[in-house]
Amino acid sequence: MEFHFATVLVFLLIGVGFVAFTLLLSKIMRPFAPGAEKASIYECGERPTGSPWIKFNIRFYVVALIFVVFDVEVVLLYPWASIYREMGLISFVYLLIFLVSLVEALAYVWKKGDLEWVRPQVRREEVDARIPKPDRPDRIVVRGGQP
Amino acid sequence: MKEWVDGLVEGSSLLQSLPIEVSYFLAMVFFSLVAVGWMAICALFFVWLERKVSARIQSRLGPVYVGGRFGWAQTPADALKLLMKEDLVPESADRLLFNIAPAIAFMATLLTFVAIPIGNGLVIADLDIGIFFILAVSSLGVIGIIMGGWASNSKWSLYGGMRAASQIVSYEIPVALSLIGVVMIAGTLNLVEIGRGQAGGIWNWYLFKSPFLFAAGIVYFIAALAEVNRTPFDLPEAESELVSGYNTEYSGMKFAFFFLAEFANLFVISAVAVVMFLGAWNSFLPWQILPGPIWFLGKVFFLVLVIMWLRWTLPRLRVDQLMHTCWKVLIPISMVLLIGVGVQMWLFPGN
Repeated sequence: MEFHFATVLVFLLIGVGFVAFTLLLSKIMRPFAPGAEKASIYECGERPTGSPWIKFNIRFYVVALIFVVFDVEVVLLYPWASIYREMGLISFVYLLIFLVSLVEALAYVWKKGDLEWVRPQVRREEVDARIPKPDRPDRIVVRGGQP
Repeated sequence: MKEWVDGLVEGSSLLQSLPIEVSYFLAMVFFSLVAVGWMAICALFFVWLERKVSARIQSRLGPVYVGGRFGWAQTPADALKLLMKEDLVPESADRLLFNIAPAIAFMATLLTFVAIPIGNGLVIADLDIGIFFILAVSSLGVIGIIMGGWASNSKWSLYGGMRAASQIVSYEIPVALSLIGVVMIAGTLNLVEIGRGQAGGIWNWYLFKSPFLFAAGIVYFIAALAEVNRTPFDLPEAESELVSGYNTEYSGMKFAFFFLAEFANLFVISAVAVVMFLGAWNSFLPWQILPGPIWFLGKVFFLVLVIMWLRWTLPRLRVDQLMHTCWKVLIPISMVLLIGVGVQMWLFPGN
């Protein structure tokens, strides 16, 4: 087995070498003509405004947290699965106990609504704007505009 | 591979005079270079195929001129063009992360090629943990994508990177869960052993071994599409919403690495599907008519063709539909399938 993992290591080094070699080759072959316009980020042709490094939606972190739990489950299940045939009934009970605790977690998250990507929290603001209702609501009345 | 090198050393007096480690090392280097070249050829071929397939589906011709017939030299020419393109790094970008991100995404895909068997015993590193290694390594690619998206300091890239993060990590779970059923029946994580277990006709393929595994195969295929950002799940680079997603700011060879990784991933997910469910290198008849690698590559290219066909047929999902599909449909289904396989093996221990 050491032989095969040594192969993986050699392969990794060869791969890194390939990437480095290609980048170096590209560096030799490509033109270099920097400019202020080229160095700016792309924002559909407009001048970029503000930094994109902002506080991001918390939902992404929630998904990442749930993922960690389930990924640990997967890590534990693979060795279990490879010897399932020899272990027999007791390991099936083990699987059930394990899965029930996970399904419980999934159900909790589901119930809490963290699996909904868009959580509608529409709050209608009651605005007391004293605008007189138009006599004929099917026509838009513009006051003070250009004739 | 080790046996092959041993045999070679037996027959050669020159190699016998060297320490055995040197022969091993040379063989490793040689096969690594072959695999790297194979990956590049695969990716370039798939880019060409995708253009041809999409063109035919849309009643166009696709590339026809470069290289004479069928425009076969179109993608090597494009690769050469990308090699000679000016490399632009945004002034406000995080330079270090920006530069290493494509290399990470590329390496994660490349490393999986070391463990994929294309024939009976024809594998570079015959790992005992084969399928686990592929899952673990291929999931590193998302780090490169997030890194590139964040380091670009561009809003489009950041949105693409964040979407990729949530999508790829979510879909990793159904991918892994749906493969566990096969591991349970095969009783090993070694891909060569799994392939050998499916010899002797189409009814021995794990896809047709049990109804639960048939469903698991479908779950795997859907989830794997999402894991490598293929339509209908290509939200991280949805060109109608996010310009080009996480690789908006990339140009030249760095862009090419992302691109190569994406197309080489097609080979990886198809190869894993073929090895785990579709009988690896075995023919669908009880006897092997053609050599194993031909069967293997035939099945893989067929699956790749199906993936491309899907891309040019289905519309793209919305983000909330995407998360719904993963967490509320695929994950519960794959858990039930896991229990189903367990019960089936317990009720019919001989089969």
